[in-house]
Amino acid sequence: MEKILQVKDLELSFNTQAGEVKAIRGVNFDLYKGETLAIVGESGSGKSVTTKSIMRLLPESSAEFKNGEILFGGRDLTKLSDKEMQKIRGKEISMIFQDPMTSLNPTMPIGRQLTEPLLKHQKISKNEAKKVAIDLLRLVGMPKPELRMKQYPHQFSGGQRQRIVIAISLACNPKILIADEPTTALDVTIQAQILELMKDLQKKIDTSIIFITHDLGVVANVADRVAVMYGGKIVEIGTVDEIFYNPQHPYTWGLLSSMPSLDTEDAKLYAIPGTPPDLLDPPKGDAFALRSEYALSIDMEQNPPFFKVSDTHSAATWLLHPDAPQVEPPVTVIERMKKFPGSRYYEGGAV
Amino acid sequence: MAKYIGKRLIYMVITLALIATFTFFLMKVLPGSPVASADKLSPEQRAVVEARYGLNDPLPVQYFNYMFGLVQGDLGISINQFKGAEVTDVILSRMGPSAQIGFQGMVLGTVLGILLGMIAALRQNTWVDYTSTFVAIVGISIPSFVFASLLQYWFGLKWDLFPVALWKDGFMSSVLPSVALAMFPLATAARFIRTEMIEVLGSDYITLAKAKGASGSEIAFKHAFRNALIPLVTVLGPMAVSILTGSLVVEQIFAIPGIGEQFVKSIIVSDFSIIMGTTIFFSVFLILIILLVDILYGVIDPRIRLSGGKS
Repeated sequence: MEKILQVKDLELSFNTQAGEVKAIRGVNFDLYKGETLAIVGESGSGKSVTTKSIMRLLPESSAEFKNGEILFGGRDLTKLSDKEMQKIRGKEISMIFQDPMTSLNPTMPIGRQLTEPLLKHQKISKNEAKKVAIDLLRLVGMPKPELRMKQYPHQFSGGQRQRIVIAISLACNPKILIADEPTTALDVTIQAQILELMKDLQKKIDTSIIFITHDLGVVANVADRVAVMYGGKIVEIGTVDEIFYNPQHPYTWGLLSSMPSLDTEDAKLYAIPGTPPDLLDPPKGDAFALRSEYALSIDMEQNPPFFKVSDTHSAATWLLHPDAPQVEPPVTVIERMKKFPGSRYYEGGAV
Repeated sequence: MAKYIGKRLIYMVITLALIATFTFFLMKVLPGSPVASADKLSPEQRAVVEARYGLNDPLPVQYFNYMFGLVQGDLGISINQFKGAEVTDVILSRMGPSAQIGFQGMVLGTVLGILLGMIAALRQNTWVDYTSTFVAIVGISIPSFVFASLLQYWFGLKWDLFPVALWKDGFMSSVLPSVALAMFPLATAARFIRTEMIEVLGSDYITLAKAKGASGSEIAFKHAFRNALIPLVTVLGPMAVSILTGSLVVEQIFAIPGIGEQFVKSIIVSDFSIIMGTTIFFSVFLILIILLVDILYGVIDPRIRLSGGKS
């Protein structure tokens, strides 16, 4: 498959008054054409910062690339000038944000907000742009698009606004769409509608999506592959089935165990103990070790490298080292692994 | 919208009636009389004058006479300052210079203030920002009369660029007083726009605009500016007041034959009808400004809908 974006050894820090916050500490991933890659992780794990750094939307005054590259179309995005980035933003890579209530300009009719990227990136007249915008609104399922072009954001509901934001982001048929928790602020029924819409549109315009979320239910619904982030690093990456049914990293185990399910017998929901690491002074070894009951003594000393589980699946945990002791994952995780061909608990059947 | 404005105009009339009443009785409580200082008058002459202007009538009679005239648009006759001239004529003849320096000062102050605030916000925490903040603080803390005298000294006397005072050289005479009046609106606008721009520039829709590929100037002017303007509209009213009160002093200092200068003199000589007339004139002006501000809100921010304005 064609790699459309490659993030290599990306390190980024924020220079703050308290010191250097190492928000991204060596992130590697590839994005393939037409796929949806979900990035999951708790708040502060660096998922939003990673994607914002791809778009170069972080404040230049404080955010600083320390190492690595972001390769897109043969160019390293970390090295481009802001002028060059302006030509990429909204045209080749576009973004959807979390809160549709605040991501539209309240004093500008939505028609103008829709035509803006079109007029900016494509050589078309205002009238043509208007027509395209109306088509876009129709595409995202907005009734009476002609009438609604002149209306302001406050005249739309939350779900409708997110549809508009999606229409704006797709205006120039971008190669990559970054969706930063696009359904978090919406209620559940609207969430499902928006996810369906995104999947639908992805097929139509064949764009790759990076989908940031902390909702594993959403991940299962939309993603082809999943990257789990913790403490500014990716700790496990694989296909959605591999992550859900054959997880290897203790943090992924924790995430999956803390996901409520309908058939959970125990009424008590699991919570990962402790708090996220302080990225002002990141721990020496595995950042998750202090919160993990599976931590080995080497975890305190040395950062685990990536161990390959399959061609598509790898995890950064010392537990996968040939010399590591065998540990039993949590019961809920074992239940999942029983269904996955190739896992050591496989009992037959299919996922 | 028309219904709304109509309603506001009715309120305005009520407000004016109240202001007129208060001012009338407050003045009657004050010691002194328009004829008190006229020592040359014999008691008989004084009685004649007082009778002519109805100054000896019972207070309620004076009040109703005045209000009756007011309803008909008659502000009365100047008692001693302009000896028998119609108050309306006095105000109208003096309005020109005041309006000119007031308008120039307001426009100059607001436009420069907005620019200064925008630049400060876009260059936050740099020397540009600190300079702009300094100018704003100076503009707010230095009273206009101090500033006016400084302008007179440097630009009028030392460098001889503009006339020091008087209203003789047309536009040139209006420059220094306008600048003196502009200081407060300038400082206020700069502070408001800076604060609001910084907040707006941090909002989600600005990030989205950036993600759409908008350039720095497009973001500042197309997306942020209008949103940052809303709170400034709120202080337009107080700013208009500052221009009015400022002009009382500034017109004195520059010896400009405007309403402010005449108002101050009329208070000194207790010219009742002139004081009343000018107060009412200022009130009308202010109430209209406030109405204008409320209408402007709706124009700038579509979320603010005026009652009855369903379109």
